[in-house]
Amino acid sequence: MTERVRKLREVSCTTQPYISAERALLVTEAYRTMGFHSAPVMRALVFKYVMEHKTVCISPGELIVGERGPAPRATPTYPEICCHSLEDLTILDTRPKIPYAVSDEVRKHYTETIIPYWKGRTIREKIFAEMTPSWHDAYAAGIFTEFMEQRAPGHTVLDDKIYHRGMMDFIREIDLQLEHLDYYKDSLAYSKQEELRGMRIAAEAMIRFAERHALALDREASQCTNPQRHGELAHLAAICRRVPAHAPQTFHEALQAYWFMHLGVVTELNPWDSFNPGRLDQHLLPFYQAETAKGTLTDEHARELLECLWVKFNNQPAPPKVGVTAAESATYTDFANINSGGMRPDGSDGVNAVTYLVLDVIDDMRLVQPSSNIQLSRKNPDAFLKRALRIVRKGWGQPSIFNADVVVEEMLRQGKSIEDARCGGTSGCVETGAFGKESYILTGYLNFPKIFEVTLHNGVDPRSGKSIGLRTGDPRSFRSFGELLQAYRTQLRHFVDIKIRGNNVIERIYAQYVPTPFLSILIDDCIRNGRDYSDGGARYNTNYIQGVGIGTLADCFSAVRTHVFETHAVDMDELMRTMEQNFEGNERLHQLMLNRTPRYGNDDDRADDLMREGFEMFYEAVNGRPNTKQGVYRIQMLPTTCHVYFGSVTGATPDGRLSGVPVSEGISPVQGADRTGPTAVLRSAAKMDHARTGGTLLNQKFTPDLLAGEEGIEDLTRLVRSYFTMGGHHIQFNVIDAATLRAAQQHPEQHRDLIVRVAGYSDYFCDLGKTLQDEIIARTEHHSW
Amino acid sequence: MTAQSTFPDPRQRYGSSVHNHTPSVTGTIFDVMRFAVNDGPGIRTTVFLKGCLLSCWWCHNPEGLHRGIEVAYRVDRCILCGECVDACPHRALALEETRVVRDEAQCVLCGSCADACYTEAQERIGRDISVRDLLQEILKDRVFYDESGGGVTFSGGEPLLQFDFLLAALLACKEQEVHTAVETSGLTSTEHLDRIRAATDLFLFDVKLVDEERHKRFTGVSNTRILENLRFLASAGAAVVVRLPLIPGVNDDDANIDALAELLAGLETIREVHLLPYHAGASAKYRSLGMRARMADARPLPRERVEAIARSLSARGYTVQIGG
Repeated sequence: MTERVRKLREVSCTTQPYISAERALLVTEAYRTMGFHSAPVMRALVFKYVMEHKTVCISPGELIVGERGPAPRATPTYPEICCHSLEDLTILDTRPKIPYAVSDEVRKHYTETIIPYWKGRTIREKIFAEMTPSWHDAYAAGIFTEFMEQRAPGHTVLDDKIYHRGMMDFIREIDLQLEHLDYYKDSLAYSKQEELRGMRIAAEAMIRFAERHALALDREASQCTNPQRHGELAHLAAICRRVPAHAPQTFHEALQAYWFMHLGVVTELNPWDSFNPGRLDQHLLPFYQAETAKGTLTDEHARELLECLWVKFNNQPAPPKVGVTAAESATYTDFANINSGGMRPDGSDGVNAVTYLVLDVIDDMRLVQPSSNIQLSRKNPDAFLKRALRIVRKGWGQPSIFNADVVVEEMLRQGKSIEDARCGGTSGCVETGAFGKESYILTGYLNFPKIFEVTLHNGVDPRSGKSIGLRTGDPRSFRSFGELLQAYRTQLRHFVDIKIRGNNVIERIYAQYVPTPFLSILIDDCIRNGRDYSDGGARYNTNYIQGVGIGTLADCFSAVRTHVFETHAVDMDELMRTMEQNFEGNERLHQLMLNRTPRYGNDDDRADDLMREGFEMFYEAVNGRPNTKQGVYRIQMLPTTCHVYFGSVTGATPDGRLSGVPVSEGISPVQGADRTGPTAVLRSAAKMDHARTGGTLLNQKFTPDLLAGEEGIEDLTRLVRSYFTMGGHHIQFNVIDAATLRAAQQHPEQHRDLIVRVAGYSDYFCDLGKTLQDEIIARTEHHSW
Repeated sequence: MTAQSTFPDPRQRYGSSVHNHTPSVTGTIFDVMRFAVNDGPGIRTTVFLKGCLLSCWWCHNPEGLHRGIEVAYRVDRCILCGECVDACPHRALALEETRVVRDEAQCVLCGSCADACYTEAQERIGRDISVRDLLQEILKDRVFYDESGGGVTFSGGEPLLQFDFLLAALLACKEQEVHTAVETSGLTSTEHLDRIRAATDLFLFDVKLVDEERHKRFTGVSNTRILENLRFLASAGAAVVVRLPLIPGVNDDDANIDALAELLAGLETIREVHLLPYHAGASAKYRSLGMRARMADARPLPRERVEAIARSLSARGYTVQIGG
């Protein structure tokens, strides 16, 4: 790491994130003054206003310029989507974990300007007003969450188009489409006209934004007495005059062009899950090759430039949430997840020289943002996997490892072209998508164990006493396990129906009120279709529901089938009463359920087949159902941190899980239930048909001693390859010992640097809530001796 | 993985001297450990067979010593519910204030207590299993063996004590193209060793002490037969790795190391030595079995000493590995 990067990283890591009211004020001002326009033009004008007026920040020494807020770690807000109340701001300012400082000035702006304008007008309020009572009941009970209640539709990853074309080229394409609109035969011609006009305004706004940086760099240069920095500033100004108006010509320009695109997307709105460059190693390779051949770029300089970009990601804490959740789960990370390796569009090995540079950068920087992963194909060399595993072994959770061959298989199954599939990858935590060509929307997590609990209570949520489900019968009257499964299937469908109805309304709200013309420029085929990214303009349009707690569900099924219907060790009535008492007073029954139940994660078909049953029911309930964008709903199996929340709303379950304890995360077994070692876990997890999902998440925790030496790397290499041979989608490793984690819990001040893999992303251990910390400690540690 | 419904006759490939090894042969094992990475090449499954003729002071698998099924009691798991006491048909158990005590004179090791114990405080050590069922367990991790060049290792106890079972299991594995290793104390009949040879890809052969008197003292038996068997395997050209557990104060002295080197110098086919430094990891097992760990107070050898021994053997031309 160069001294320059060290300083930039230091500022990025030590500056307390804080709320900036700048964007909110500019957006409010724009809405107040812009008059009456179609939604895409209105949104484009708002974007233009923000890009023309937001503070331009040039930090000392940096080689990539531009911030989302007015300065590093300044975090803008998006009041048109959700408007923070004064109480929210107080919580953000004072909560012990993941605080965002809120100045008196910001509070004043919120009090006087922002809240008075937006109260009653936000997308969040529109959404809640439109949802049915049954949706509200299920949402309040913790059956599901809703991604878009305070963040815009997301999962947007870029392909290679911006490295071949500049904004001027996009404007020419837009103009061509405008010229060819057929107002006689195409009933949507006017809508397309407005969308395309919006895109054109947004493209111009982006060019203007870069020009403002060039001017600021000129000013800096004119005052700079250090000749080296003077030269850099002049060079940066020239770069900002070329990109993104024109296609980049150098490695440096390519990185700056991407960063401007990134800032455009995350300033226009606050899309889940941020935004990322996708296959950066492949996109950069032509620039790298050309310049290293000419001798104008060394590996050291390429690495420094990449590291300057890495700092930029880390400078942007995630926009904080509003409402009750502000006090609960939170993270500064915004889930940008950079892919390396995989395949080239022609299907050949995609690992190249830049791949290894990127891995060096990941290793060197150790930042929670951006997150990183490798796309591992059977065509990739072991050297690539081993290089990644040597970083994994250091124990801060990155990079995670994906099965590129299965990721492609998933996309082919969804009907994508093979080239589009190979250019895709994974983003956010583990989510599969065709980069640059797909709107793939996560709609929310679905709480399997809670649905099972409601099933056991004949449609009633025992926590509230409210009837939120269907009357599927009192389980005490069931004569077979099959009847219970059928009842669960009925409840599951009921809640999936409620969720999908809600989302089909929510996505229309976004399409009609807050389209995203800038993002639409970047995603094929929005320009050609004259349609917005949020309105079905993309080539592929997929909505996902994320299933959570499959391990807990399988163990619940297994516990009831084994002990109630097979051995008759307990009857349903006694089991229900004991669960209501949270197993208190009947420790023996509790131990029976915990220890004598075949549990998922031990390569035991008795339990694993029930996992598959739960998976199939979810798949049947969701897969293929239409969304409003000519696309369909599909399933994913990932929790982020939602398994903690879902556990907190779910009472004791038949598998012996106590009330309030987190449910299982991803497709991992219940914490502590896997007692047969890592190969058994992988075998169990591979019994799920990953190819029919849009991503699964498997967490494995290893203590460092298991991975010591070259033998440890070799063993891990073979474990990963074996899991992928069996069709697994993703695996990630926490390499840490419990003693270290406990020490960090006791003395957080001494362990601020400790990064752990949470669930699809890494975070600072000391920033996590106590429950999540405890869970990470409890996750099974695999010892081979 | 599909279950094997047919069981081809392995005699076709592994010699006609083989007989009486049907898949229904049963043996007694006390563990099947998956993801074993220290018992031979690659990712392996290690099957631990019960029963051993040696009584090494440092034994770290005391549950492998006795041939029959035993019951272990782990007081830290006990919730003092008393169900095991009620379940015992021989009235061998009594509930005390902080633990359950067993009257060894009354207990016939029937395991009823373990069946009744839901917390696994009373735990049956050992189970009878047929070769057919064991093979199904072993084959579960076949994808890992294939990927890593791993396979199965039979350990113990002394696996050759259950010769018929071991032979049948080895043949069944070979029939499925699974790499096989046998970890042995060497105290067995030469004929048995000879007969498992064709189905054993690798022998992990323990040589604890070369001096016979010291061997008797620390393991309870003479090493004459053991060393004869080592010479036999070497002369027969079997793939053998010599494993030397390094026990502080017992066999870590230069004299023993020199004697081992001298012994191996005459056995040209054996070029690989694994050093297994002693660790005190088995003390909880001894407690749960009501046994006394004779080396409970021993400290592991310093890393430098282990490395010095490794260097001294390497210098004599052996490939040395620390750990399995």
